[in-house]
Amino acid sequence: MTTIKSLEDLKRVREEALAKRKMKTEAGGKRVIVGMGTCGIAAGARETMKAILNYIEKENLTGVVVTQTGCIGMCEREPIVQVETGEGSLVTYGRVTPEQAERIMREHVTGGKVVTDLVVPV
Amino acid sequence: MKEIALHILDIAQNSLAAGASEIRISVEEDLIADRLRLCVEDNGKGMDAQTLQQVVDPFTTSRTTRSVGLGIPLLKAAAEASGGELRIESTPGCGTRLVVAFQHSHIDRMPLGDLPGTLLALVVPNPQVRWQFRYNVTLPGVGEAHSFTFDSDEIVRVLGDIPLSDPDVLAFLRAHLTEGIAALQAECK
Repeated sequence: MTTIKSLEDLKRVREEALAKRKMKTEAGGKRVIVGMGTCGIAAGARETMKAILNYIEKENLTGVVVTQTGCIGMCEREPIVQVETGEGSLVTYGRVTPEQAERIMREHVTGGKVVTDLVVPV
Repeated sequence: MKEIALHILDIAQNSLAAGASEIRISVEEDLIADRLRLCVEDNGKGMDAQTLQQVVDPFTTSRTTRSVGLGIPLLKAAAEASGGELRIESTPGCGTRLVVAFQHSHIDRMPLGDLPGTLLALVVPNPQVRWQFRYNVTLPGVGEAHSFTFDSDEIVRVLGDIPLSDPDVLAFLRAHLTEGIAALQAECK
């Protein structure tokens, strides 16, 4: 069995993350926002959030801030994911399944190309 | 919502909306008393008696208080249908405490569900909040409860300016929560 991660492990993680950050120029502040109202949660927002966090972990993606919001009044389109890139544009995606979340992370957050077929008009 | 863990995620949203900077979540499986208790406590803005009444009763929720929603009435109904109850205490300006209990062995009692997933979905997007989580299991014939605790304050203090959404930090958090909770559950098998 693997041992439970300790704070010592975390300190090592911090050192490595700091070293990596030095090598990298600032990624230009990308934000991914997941709707976490009751409507979002009931529609599967936790699994969508997990898929986003998994992607970041798996692809070793730095410079992306993941945050959340409450109900934004489009309950029927939940789970909702919004992507904000450096240029200050905010794109809203609706009915985002874990698979679609991965696609948004790959094509939009990493690739810089909006996934037009999943965009909802705001 | 068919998991206690999903309800935790939902209840904590109310604490976040109330502007809490500290949120304490405790889950207690008491196999001596045959109870499963969940408590979510925050230091948010709290509610007055009238609002509190509306929170637990879906039929008095008006459009203007729509943000109150259906999450809590549904959880209350689920608790009462499995030999339990739901209570909320709140003091305006101080915070709110929600306690929900179920009969542990009740056939209709919903499963705990994905606790690590819920914690990750709460802690990572909300690093401004101090999250304290405690999971206890009390077994017959054993004096003390087995427990797993988590405090995001320790994590954030060690990390300094490294964000929680850093890939290596995410891997750490996932392993820490998943292994810690699984180890406790294995111990109590």
